[in-house]
Formats: sequence, structure tokens, C-alpha cells
Amino acid sequence: MSLLTFTPNGLYCPQADVYIDPWRPVKKALITHGHADHSRWGHQYYLCTESAMPVIKYRLGKINVTTVAFGETRTVNGVTFQFFPAGHILGSAQIRVAYKGEVWVVSGDYKLEDDGLAEAFEPVPCHTFITESTFGLPVYKWESQEKVFESINKWWAANKAAGKYTILTAYALGKAQRILRHLDHSIGPILTHAAVENTNEVIRQQGIDLPATVPVASHFDPKIHQGGIVIAPPSALGSAWIKPFKNASSGVASGWMNLRGARRRRSVDRGFVLSDHADWEGLNQTIKATGAERVFVTHGYTDIFRRWLVDQGLEAHEVKTEYSGELAEMNEEPSTSAADNKDEAL
Amino acid sequence: MKHFAELFTALDQTTKTNTKVKALASYFGTVDDQDRMWTMALLSHRRPKRTVTTTLLRQWAAEYSQLPQWLFEESYHVVGDLAETIALVLPPPNEESHFSLTYWIDFIKALGPLEETEKRTQVLAAWKQLSSTERFVFNKIITGGMRIGVSQKLMVRALSQYTGQEESSLAHRLMGQWTPDNTSFEALILSENSLDDISKPYPFYLAYQLEGEAEALGTPDEWQAEHKWDGIRGQLIIRKGKLFLWSRGEELVTAQFPEYAPLAQLLPDGTVIDGEILPYKDGHPLSFQLLQTRLGRKNVTKKILQTAPVILMAYDLLEWQGEDIRERSMQVRRTLLEELITQHPTDGLVQLSPIVSYADWETLRQERVIAREKHSEGIMLKRKTSPYLSGRKRGDWWKWKVDPLTIDAVMIYAQRGHGRRANLFTDFTFALWKEEQLVPFTKAYSGLTDKEFGEITAWVRKHTVDKFGPVRSVTPFHVFEIAFEGIQESKRHKSGVALRFPRILRWRKDKGVKEANTMTDLLAILEQYG
Repeated sequence: MSLLTFTPNGLYCPQADVYIDPWRPVKKALITHGHADHSRWGHQYYLCTESAMPVIKYRLGKINVTTVAFGETRTVNGVTFQFFPAGHILGSAQIRVAYKGEVWVVSGDYKLEDDGLAEAFEPVPCHTFITESTFGLPVYKWESQEKVFESINKWWAANKAAGKYTILTAYALGKAQRILRHLDHSIGPILTHAAVENTNEVIRQQGIDLPATVPVASHFDPKIHQGGIVIAPPSALGSAWIKPFKNASSGVASGWMNLRGARRRRSVDRGFVLSDHADWEGLNQTIKATGAERVFVTHGYTDIFRRWLVDQGLEAHEVKTEYSGELAEMNEEPSTSAADNKDEAL
Repeated sequence: MKHFAELFTALDQTTKTNTKVKALASYFGTVDDQDRMWTMALLSHRRPKRTVTTTLLRQWAAEYSQLPQWLFEESYHVVGDLAETIALVLPPPNEESHFSLTYWIDFIKALGPLEETEKRTQVLAAWKQLSSTERFVFNKIITGGMRIGVSQKLMVRALSQYTGQEESSLAHRLMGQWTPDNTSFEALILSENSLDDISKPYPFYLAYQLEGEAEALGTPDEWQAEHKWDGIRGQLIIRKGKLFLWSRGEELVTAQFPEYAPLAQLLPDGTVIDGEILPYKDGHPLSFQLLQTRLGRKNVTKKILQTAPVILMAYDLLEWQGEDIRERSMQVRRTLLEELITQHPTDGLVQLSPIVSYADWETLRQERVIAREKHSEGIMLKRKTSPYLSGRKRGDWWKWKVDPLTIDAVMIYAQRGHGRRANLFTDFTFALWKEEQLVPFTKAYSGLTDKEFGEITAWVRKHTVDKFGPVRSVTPFHVFEIAFEGIQESKRHKSGVALRFPRILRWRKDKGVKEANTMTDLLAILEQYG
């Protein structure tokens, strides 16, 4: 019997009778992080890291949730589970599953660069590694975040000088707060969409320091905060919400912006290549560091990345999952479940 | 190259026309004459000859990036642009250079006679010293497709801002067969008399599609109606005893249509006629398909001249007795055109496009309905008082095309798109029922909104049955209404038919696969309109 199997409900450990990031309601669910495609509604018991818990609870409402510290061991019917930082968003974890000397690691979503907010990623040695492949193509290479934020701040300052608002869209949980941490506050006021601000509040209450923000509420008068930057989720672009900001330059922060076609499709002025997922180098570096002989490739360019790993002499398999990676930021995939819709509305 | 790369970035970072024009005008003021000329050339699709095949570029890019060829190709499918794919996968440059755009174009031109290994050394050397955007631009020039979101019209506007000259005069000067190698900025743009090039055509005036009802145009007597003939729009020039024929794509096609040659003697010097190069025999227009067989051929054989002879169906007179009369009214130009053709018999080689007389819009609507039977694409409406403008302009000229032919078909294959639609599934193959089988009969690319493309892309990802290279076969499930302008028998297509301008008209979410049309239905359309 395999230590972990792929079932219609999601990733399952039969020996311990628990699921990891399941997409249909189950009894016991271990959750890697709070994004809607990994943390879904309807399970009887949830287990996640301490720092991931507040957002998960906020998003899912009344749930039965227990937390673990990073590195802490939980044993269920002889199987030990340990959570290690995935560097994706605050509290995001890779889950190490070990039984009788056999070790699997489920990476969830991960990125290598320390963003100053999420606990820094560390590779976890294992025999079998389950990896995402959102950006599993050699055309995806990230620049350092210093450079990206330098150009974001420069763009903002230039817009301000031209008497314009700056609108930057980013995923409401994770990317938005990462951006807030790296904006140059001296340029002007930072305004937020409710979806971003609600998440900010949850995170501030965890004792995490975020800069002061002005929520854009109804009856908002755009004349007051001229030259400010507005942080909003991708769905806000093209919605009525954006209308008060008439004289504005718009941008999107996403890994997809690495491709010119995707940038042009969004019809925004600027695309900033900023992702909370590993780039091509990051994926390859991580797989090497785990020492895994066998790799399961989930959401992303699964077929291509699998073939590449086989070329590198690894045993690799493609797995169909219902995770979506950074696709929500493309804002062109229709929501397929209630959970996704909630995310949009949040 | 740095200036040009910066210009490219500036143009790419805005969707606003005015900002683009401003960036371009300021760039024109920054660079020297040669770079300015090459920029104008690239933006008007005058590019240096291709000196390296894309196959070699792909191979070298994969080798230099230490990627297997298949992975490079897969990346290319996703990115949808070869120049960009190469720029993205290459390792970072290890030196910097400050050469001009003209330097790099000369560099690319000089590759032509080199041996393959020498070409490789040169191209790799270029990649090693160019920054990421510069590489992209270099690759774009070398692969011969410099589309950077600036139409010729915008370029002309920027040039007008920079030089202070009229847009229409600049548009005229930029037509014809110039390259930066055979003329200078001074001669092409600044010199007093640029009209000494006797082959130079006038910019075509293009009509917009009429949306809504014709009644909104006012009273019928303000408008001249003609058929919109289904050939190739052309401009016939007779100057100094010589004849030149230009197609709308600004291509000189004189040699491809030798039957017009006698007109150099039959028509007076200083004559420019706007008309349709129309396949025509025994008093009737022929199908456009026949004309297509003549295009792109180097040799026009006797057989072609017999099966697909052409006439010029004259619409308008732009130059009369050596004088540019585009400012005069449509009505005046038409009278002069009629006089010209009556006074200079051409044995039917030049014919007047007949004016369709109609008392009210309803009568004209009836004429439009039967247009396809006359091998016409619909009705053209021209305001009788209108001057001959340049480019596509709203207001005075309208095309009122006949409704397209349509059929409901099932999507069976999907492929990723290019450029702006890279990474989305946008290219589909459609099939019709033949008994219990689905027979593919056409591909179609456009017609859906970005949102619908996103939706269908998500669906394709989940319902892929099989993959053949970049093509995915999917579960037959979705029905689309396919529109097309014409239909022909074809031996090259499995279905036995070829469609003209097939595109998606709408997504029929209300229909199940069983409700799609059959091959028999399609053959009935072929019978009627083929």
C-alpha cells in the first residue's frame, strides 16, 4: 500500500486515514495554506500551522481547527506528520509524511525567495516529492524582489508626479501584503480594496506589522488621496469599483506578467513579474535539494515538467488535481466552485 | 539599439494612443536619420531580408540555453512568439554594447552570405551582448515580424508631430517601394518634390462596416450605391506612358496581371483609377477563389489567363489629367470617371462599377440580400459630396455587407493561440455529422471574447482526450455557430470543401452536440453558393 494515494477527494494517506488539501468534504484534512483551492469548506477536522490558522478560520467561518508549530511532530496510527515552511504565504507549509522509514513531502505551493512575511522556505529531504509546477517552463525566471519593488515604487512616484492614481492588482491573500511590506510609504497614501483590507486586519491581529492603509469604502472621495496607490484584487479591474479612479495608471503583479501576451491581454499599463510560486530554477533547485528519487507533478505545466524530470533521470508522474496555482490572478478562468466565488468576493 | 529598445518598452507599457504617438515622436527627435529611417521602415513592414532560418535560431537558442529541443518547442507553444521565447530562455548577457539600430540591421543583413557555423557564431555573439529587451527586438528583426502595437497610421501621426508636415502628405510619401537602402530621410520626407516617383499610389480610402440600419444615414438621394465586388482592391496608375498596379496591401502587382498592359496606351497619362481587380468572363464576375489561384505566382501562364481573366471594375478617379482630384466630391469624380471611360474605349478591360438605383432603403436592402448570387459581397454606400480620404475613416463611406453563411458545428480539436492570446486555447477545429461520425471541415480562430476564451481554455484543460504535439483533441461537447463568406469545393481538404474567412459567430451553449449540422447541410450550401 502506497503511503499517499491520489483519490477523487484529493491526496490521501490510508494508513493514517487523513487527507492533505482535499477538494471534497472529508473527515480529517491537513491544510498546507489558506488559499481557496487548498483550503476548502466542509471538512470535519482541520489541521494547519499556527500562523496559517487565523486567515483559514476567517475565510471558512466556523470550523473545527487544530494548529501545529513548524517542525512539531504529530503521529497518527504510526504515521508522523511534520509541517515545514513553504515560503508561499504567511503560515504556508510543506507537509512531511513518514512511515516506517519512508518519507514523502507534499509541497503545496512554494517559493524560494524570502519575502519577509512568509516563513522562509527550506527544502525537506524525502524519497518522494509532490511538487506544484505552476511556472514549470524555462521561460519563467524571476528577478529579485528588490528589483521588482524598485520599479513598482518608481512607477508609483512617476504617476504621482503626473497627478495620477496608481492601481496595482494582486491576490488579496499573500501577494497584497507582500507588496504592502515593500512599498515606499514616503511616496504617498496606500489605499486598499475591502478584500485586501479584511485580510490585512486578520494578519495585523496576528501581530504582524503592516503599513497604515486607507480602506476604499463607499462614498470614497478620490480627490482626497490624489497620487495614492490602490491595492486591489485582480477582479476589481474592469468592475464598477474602479470607476472613481478616473485618472489612473493600472498594473498587475503576477508571475504571468513574464509573458508579453498575457500582459497585453490584461490591457493594463504595466505588468510586474512578481510571484509567490517557484520559477523554473526554483523548482529544479528544490527537487535536487530534496534528494527525491520519485516526483509527482501537480497543477501547472504538469506534462512538460514531468517529461523534463524524466529526462533528468528521475521517476516522475503527472497528477491531475483541482488546484489552480496562480491562475486566479489571470482572472480569466471562471470560478468553478463556491469556494472560488467566495475568494472573489472576499 | 538602446533607444529603440526603450521606445519598444514605452510603446508596450501603454494602451493609450496619444501616449504611444508622443513616445514615438520624441524618439524620432532623439535618433539620427538612419535609425529614424529604419524605424519608419520596420513600422511600415519594410524589413531586411531574412538571413537566418527560424529553424536554426531555435536550434541555437536551445543549445545555448542547454535545453532539449522539445522543451524549447513546448515553451514556444506556450509563449506564442519565437523572438520572445528565445529572449526568455537565454542565459543573461555577459557584456554590454551601445550600437545603433542601424548597426544591428546591417549586422543582420551581413549574415546572408555566411556559412552556417559563422552565422551561429555571429548570432550568439549578438545575444551575449544584448539586454533582454534588446534581444527581443533583435530577434524580432531577424525573424522578420516587427509588430509592436503601432499601426502605420500612428507612425504617420508621430512623424507629422515631429516634422510638422501634414499627415496625408506624409502618408503619400511613405507609400511605394522605398527602403532605407535606396533613399534618405531628406529625400523621402523633407524634399520639396517627392512626387517624381511616378509609380507612387495614393493611400486607399477604406470604409467601415455599417452597423445598424441604413435609415440612420439619412435620405437615399444623398448616397451613391454600388456593389462591393469580390476581388482585390487595386489602384491603376498611368503616368508618363507607364502603367502600375497596386493592391491595397501596398504591393506592386503589375507583373501578376499582364492583361492590363495595353491600358498604358489606351488611357491618357496622369490617370489614377481606384477599382477592383475582378475575375470576369462573358459578362459576369467569377468566384474569388479563381483569383486566388493567380496570387503569389511568379509565372502567369496562358492557362491561367484563360481560366481566370481579370478586368478592372472602376470605382473612383483619383488623378485626372495629371491633377490630384481627391478633394472634389464623389459626384464630380464619378462624372469624370464616366467621361474618361466613355472617351477611351478599353474593350471591356476597364468597366464602370454600375450604380445601383434605388428609391428607398427597402429596395436597396432587397438588392443586398441577393448580392451573393452576383458574386458581390454586399453594397457600398458613398456620400455623394464626399472627398476621397486616406485610410479607414468613418462617416462618408460604408460597406453594407451581405450576412455571412452560417452552420452549427462541434469543436473537436483545440490549439493555443499566439501573441496576445498565447497560452489560451483559441484555435479550434470544427466538425459536422456524417452519419455517426464527426468529420472535421474547418478551423476558426476569432470571434470569441477574451472572457469566453478563458472559459473554453479552462474547459479544454479538463477535457483533453489526447495530445498530438500542440494540438489537443477534446470531448465533443460544445457547439459553435460558424460564419463564413464563401464556400468552394476543395481536393486538399478531407471534407471536400474549403470555406472563406471562417470564424466563430457565437457559442451555442443552448445546443447539444446532436443538434449540430451535418455534412449534407454543408454540401447543400456548397450547391447553392459554390
